[in-house]
Amino acid sequence: MSENTVVLGERENVEDEFLEKVNFIEIPLSRMAKEVGSPLYLNTVAAGVIAGLFYADIEVLEEYLRKRFASKGEKVVDRNIEAAIKGYKLGRTLCEEGIVGVEVSRDRSVKDEILLSGTEAVALGALAGGMNFLSFYPMSPSTGVAVFLAQHAEDFEIIVEQVEDEISAINMALGAWFAGARAMVTTSGGGFALMTEAISLAGMAENPVVIHLAQRPSPATGLPTRTMQGDLNLALHAGHGEFPRIILAPGSIEEAFYLTAEAFNLADKYQVPVIVMTDEYLVDTYYNIPDIELDRIKVEKYIVEAEEDYKRYKLTEDGISPRAIPGYGKGIIVANGNEHDEYGDITEDGELSRLMQEKRAIKKLETIKKNAKLPKLVGDKNAKYLVIGWGSTYYVIKDALEQLNRDDVAFLHFSWVYPLRDDIKELFDGKVLIDIEGNVTAQFAQLLKKEIGVNVSYKILKYDGRPFSVEEILDALKEVLE
Amino acid sequence: MNLNPKIFESKRPGSQDVAWCPGCGNFGIRNILMNALAELGLTPQEVVIISGIGQAAKMPHYINVHGYHTLHGRAIPIATAVKASNPELTVIAEGGDGDMYAEGGNHLLHAIRRNPDITVLIHDNQIYGLTKGQASPTTMLGMKTPTQPWGVFEEPFNPIALAIALNASFVARTFMGYFKESVEIIKKAIRHKGLAIVDILHPCVSFNKVNTYQWYREHTYWMEDHDPYNREDAFKRAIESDPLPLGIFYINERPTFEEMSPAYKRNKMPLWKREPKIEEIKKILDSKRRF
Ligand SMILES: Cc1ncc(C[n+]2csc(CCOP(=O)(O)OP(=O)(O)O)c2C)c(N)n1
Ligand code: SF4
Repeated sequence: MSENTVVLGERENVEDEFLEKVNFIEIPLSRMAKEVGSPLYLNTVAAGVIAGLFYADIEVLEEYLRKRFASKGEKVVDRNIEAAIKGYKLGRTLCEEGIVGVEVSRDRSVKDEILLSGTEAVALGALAGGMNFLSFYPMSPSTGVAVFLAQHAEDFEIIVEQVEDEISAINMALGAWFAGARAMVTTSGGGFALMTEAISLAGMAENPVVIHLAQRPSPATGLPTRTMQGDLNLALHAGHGEFPRIILAPGSIEEAFYLTAEAFNLADKYQVPVIVMTDEYLVDTYYNIPDIELDRIKVEKYIVEAEEDYKRYKLTEDGISPRAIPGYGKGIIVANGNEHDEYGDITEDGELSRLMQEKRAIKKLETIKKNAKLPKLVGDKNAKYLVIGWGSTYYVIKDALEQLNRDDVAFLHFSWVYPLRDDIKELFDGKVLIDIEGNVTAQFAQLLKKEIGVNVSYKILKYDGRPFSVEEILDALKEVLE
Repeated sequence: MNLNPKIFESKRPGSQDVAWCPGCGNFGIRNILMNALAELGLTPQEVVIISGIGQAAKMPHYINVHGYHTLHGRAIPIATAVKASNPELTVIAEGGDGDMYAEGGNHLLHAIRRNPDITVLIHDNQIYGLTKGQASPTTMLGMKTPTQPWGVFEEPFNPIALAIALNASFVARTFMGYFKESVEIIKKAIRHKGLAIVDILHPCVSFNKVNTYQWYREHTYWMEDHDPYNREDAFKRAIESDPLPLGIFYINERPTFEEMSPAYKRNKMPLWKREPKIEEIKKILDSKRRF
């Protein structure tokens, strides 16, 4: 918050320390809500005030309220509209009397854009990627994806099942993929922790699976309704034994759509767990974005027909064994979480065990690495300072750098978080690295050090459960660059 | 109809060396299962066995049908999803009493509520075989084991009474020493539309010295003129403990998980054959253009 920040509200709800820092304008929200009939209408009054400040179309707000509360009956709709209008008038009055000045001009160019939340982007991306099976156990902030998909299950003819626990959820997802479906689970910290044994099964049995992990500050139950990027190490190391996985972390709402869709092709192709990491900040943010280019999404299926003498775990050069499913072809498919021979039957054979470990943990990993996506560079590739970020912080960092406006500072954003390509090392050569992430121990910086041996010089970390603001990043960067 | 159970014998190299102890009841269960599948006229390509972990759970390696040997206790959710993803398959979840009643207990309870059209075969040897003889949920009171040297004092689990209490769709118990009767029960269980639970008593010759072949013969009896559609009678039978009744306790026909799922309301295709509905996504995106 800066000295230009204006806070509208009731005095008793604003802490004293803020009163000095910001311009405070008292408005009687509770009283206005009560005048409509109940303190419950306070939110609608407030929404009306904001619409008034921006000279928005009150009809649009009315239409929205009509839809939003339709199921609750006419009376509720009418009261809400009344509340909105009351607020709207106050908002306009504040402007007209010159108490608050908001100058925005209408931007017609966004008229055709779509307003989407991170939650919706993940859910729609999954559908575009061919997802047809979702199993989950509710946990904030991941539940919204399940809610959205359940509400559209009938139109999309998909299975959405709320199961008894996260262990069941992930095992169901594995079973669905085994039978050829494209399945996803949506979960958060504690739920993901419970899934780790089955993630290991996915690694061993080379069973594809897509996991949406919406982070919140943990350990344990943490701050259930707040945000953090604290679960990278969990995602990296979840599961016992050695096997590859892919970790993606969209930087924006648009990217959440495309990347979630892509996750299904990746899981299918490499037969590994693919973890899409978001966080409370990303899933609960709404943003208007240009139209989604649905043509960009290609569903690539890698299922083969099982021939007579089919070997589920055929040893191949690139570590990928063509995957057949029951019900397609003459062959018999045996998958197994125990160490196995090429047919999938249990083995204790030393040589075979070694070959199978190498197939999964070395050959397959190398194949994935070679095809990994590069991080996105914003700014000059010869800049002396390189800011590094991953996942949901993309736009705040980008905005802060725009305001900083220095040619010698560039930004490298990772939405393909793991595994990292070996050749990205050169992107860091000779640069001063500034790591920005939302956790206590700079987990992504640790990963960079471990994977490609680079050291960051500065860390800008935030871990109070709140998202970064542009101003915070700007201030922190100025301090570092001095 | 194919009546030759030999088609279910696996020729795979890994199937030739069976890890079960000589004389173990698991051999008998395999034989019963192969005969039941053959008599039902099923082909190996139509059947999937999802197993957990334990001696019983090694079944997929010693038989010629599709199989997935998974995690301890997790066969039921995996099997549920396999059936839900491709209802054309005949899906069996298989494991021991530890696998299904201890580690997998919660899944069993909720599978009964969910009622997928799968068959759950529990090899109930009243002991943990694979981990060398610890008590299982069905181990009898007073039995001493290496990890219960004072003798088991926990009340044994009664899977039959539990399943009936939860209004399960099909509940049966058999002893693998009775071949023909067991084949009939398993055939009925597989044919039953909805979740079918069969508790199969079988001796563990290595670690359970109490519940032997002879013990099971002497302490069980076949229910005659029992009406499996009568829940109260079924429950009365279920709480009898010595001798233990054998046969089909309870049948309760109700809609299955797959039938109720919106995925199959209009479209019967297995999920792997389906493509994303891009038109529907467009519709949703368009609805986001105003607000
Ligand atoms: C998570 C987990 N915990 C424990 C084990 C070890 N374990 C394997 S099988 C088993 C019990 C086997 O008993 P039961 O299910 O009755 O099968 P049986 O071997 O008697 O056929 C246990 C405890 C495991 N594999 N995984
Ligand atoms: S340990 Fe018991 S249950 Fe396991 S194979 Fe041997 S006899 Fe059978």
